[in-house]
Amino acid sequence: MINNESIVEEVVGQFGQKVFGFEEPFGLLTFTTNASDLTEVVDFLKNHPEFKFNFLTDIAGIHFPDNAGGELCSMCMIHSWENNIRVRIKVFVPIADPKVPTLSTLFASANWMERETFDFYGIEYTGHPNLKRILNMEDMDYFPMRKEFPLEDATREDKIDALFGR
Amino acid sequence: MAENTLILPKDSNDALALNVPMVEDKQYSTLNLGPVHPATHGIFQNILTMDGEKIVDSEQTVGYIHRAFEKIAERRPFYQITTLTDRLNYCSSPINNFGWHMTVEKLLGVKVPKRAEYIRVIMMELARISDHLICNSILGVDTGAYSGFLYVMQEREKIYEIYEEVCGARLTTNMGRIGGMERDLSPTAIAKIRDLVFNSFPKVWAEFETLFNRNRIFRDRIQNVGAISSERAIAYGFTGPNLRATGVDYDVRVIEPYSSYEDFDFEIPIGHKGDTFDRFMVRNGEVWESLKIIQQAIENLPEGPYYADEDHYYLPPKKEVYSSMEALIYHFKIVMGEIDAPVGEVYHAVEGGNGELGFYLISDGGRTPYRLHFRRPSFIYYQAYPEMCKGLTISDAVVIMSSLNVIAGELDA
Repeated sequence: MINNESIVEEVVGQFGQKVFGFEEPFGLLTFTTNASDLTEVVDFLKNHPEFKFNFLTDIAGIHFPDNAGGELCSMCMIHSWENNIRVRIKVFVPIADPKVPTLSTLFASANWMERETFDFYGIEYTGHPNLKRILNMEDMDYFPMRKEFPLEDATREDKIDALFGR
Repeated sequence: MAENTLILPKDSNDALALNVPMVEDKQYSTLNLGPVHPATHGIFQNILTMDGEKIVDSEQTVGYIHRAFEKIAERRPFYQITTLTDRLNYCSSPINNFGWHMTVEKLLGVKVPKRAEYIRVIMMELARISDHLICNSILGVDTGAYSGFLYVMQEREKIYEIYEEVCGARLTTNMGRIGGMERDLSPTAIAKIRDLVFNSFPKVWAEFETLFNRNRIFRDRIQNVGAISSERAIAYGFTGPNLRATGVDYDVRVIEPYSSYEDFDFEIPIGHKGDTFDRFMVRNGEVWESLKIIQQAIENLPEGPYYADEDHYYLPPKKEVYSSMEALIYHFKIVMGEIDAPVGEVYHAVEGGNGELGFYLISDGGRTPYRLHFRRPSFIYYQAYPEMCKGLTISDAVVIMSSLNVIAGELDA
């Protein structure tokens, strides 16, 4: 029987200190790895004879401005259809040098998902075949989903967070 | 027929396989299919490189109607995000609405009553029918068969009348609330649904199938066109009818049942070649299965409340707002968006019209999401389009795009 515990056991057995931060929000196994090990970890889970994580569900960027040294997060979610288990893998990279290895060598679908994440967060996927903006126009010179760009007009002083939420 | 079959790249995992160098001393012509073109059914561009009539390469430009929903959502209370999800796949808005509501309910730990879940199933399956109905009948229009489209359009109108009866809107429905439905199914709505699923729709859909399924002209246009193997489809992130046409029976309704789908008896139609004809037939089959689900749901509609007891998110009945202090307070707090959500990280997927529609939500305990990401099926599988129409002609490219059912709103978010 394959469940979250057996996956944790295998992954820790294989990678040891390279994988950490295990948690299970709403039953979905989530862990963190280093940018340099991401491809190896995903490749291991994809080609594991029992786990068979055959499908890349999603890639999304997240910005944590207060997490010094790991401001940008690239989250990927893979799914094993045979065992019906999902795993979420996170990589934190500094905003000054946001480099994450591409997953498009393992899953063709990662191509546009990574372009979208690059477009909005500026995470550079090394080895990506065609890393350019996808939804925004090409001459845009900033990454709009980062938290430093507020949605409200920054010159307004009446709409303070204490009254109007974040 | 043989020259129409798609030749797959040798290394099936090579994302670069498409960038085959073109022969230099040959002259190619460039053709813009879109951004505004009657066959794209939305605003997106394909720059085709043509060798005579054959498509050698194509480059896609998307994002023409990008509206930054994920950014806007970071500043909105949860109940106001429903209206954003309407505008993703606008052919089947209720599925998006309920998918979002279920995501928030998962975060809050709300148990929705059975009756609300059944009503949701009815509305979601109606939405799936209207989505597939448009896709398949437009495929007919794109191949030159207009009358089928006009026949079934009348039935879509009836489905929209049901939406109108249930939520007051037709296209951008904003249906339901976090915690249930905003109102119960009215007797008129039930009568309309019954008339549709037991009486009028099966006849029209059978007629539609008679018109198309064995039509020689139609089948010559779509058979063996734009085939994709199941391995490539999975690598490209296909889900929904387009994946099932390749012979993989992956359906979120079955693998991770939500909203009481486990109560219903239905089958997953699959194809085996993954060509345009299989996609057409899978959608046809799914319409019959959706009808079966609605028939079961309306026959076994449980009695009871249609919303959960969730004071912080479900608006209290208006009568109580005027007469009770608590209700007034909650009403004010909900409308002003002053409710703090619990901390959590949720992923919830529903089977949308085009495949797995996922909501990835991170809440940091604030009033709005810290991060909300929509996993939009058409955005992910549309990247396979150049590979699918390589070596084919323009008319094939048009039917492939039509049968993929790429919805611009979902593509661009």
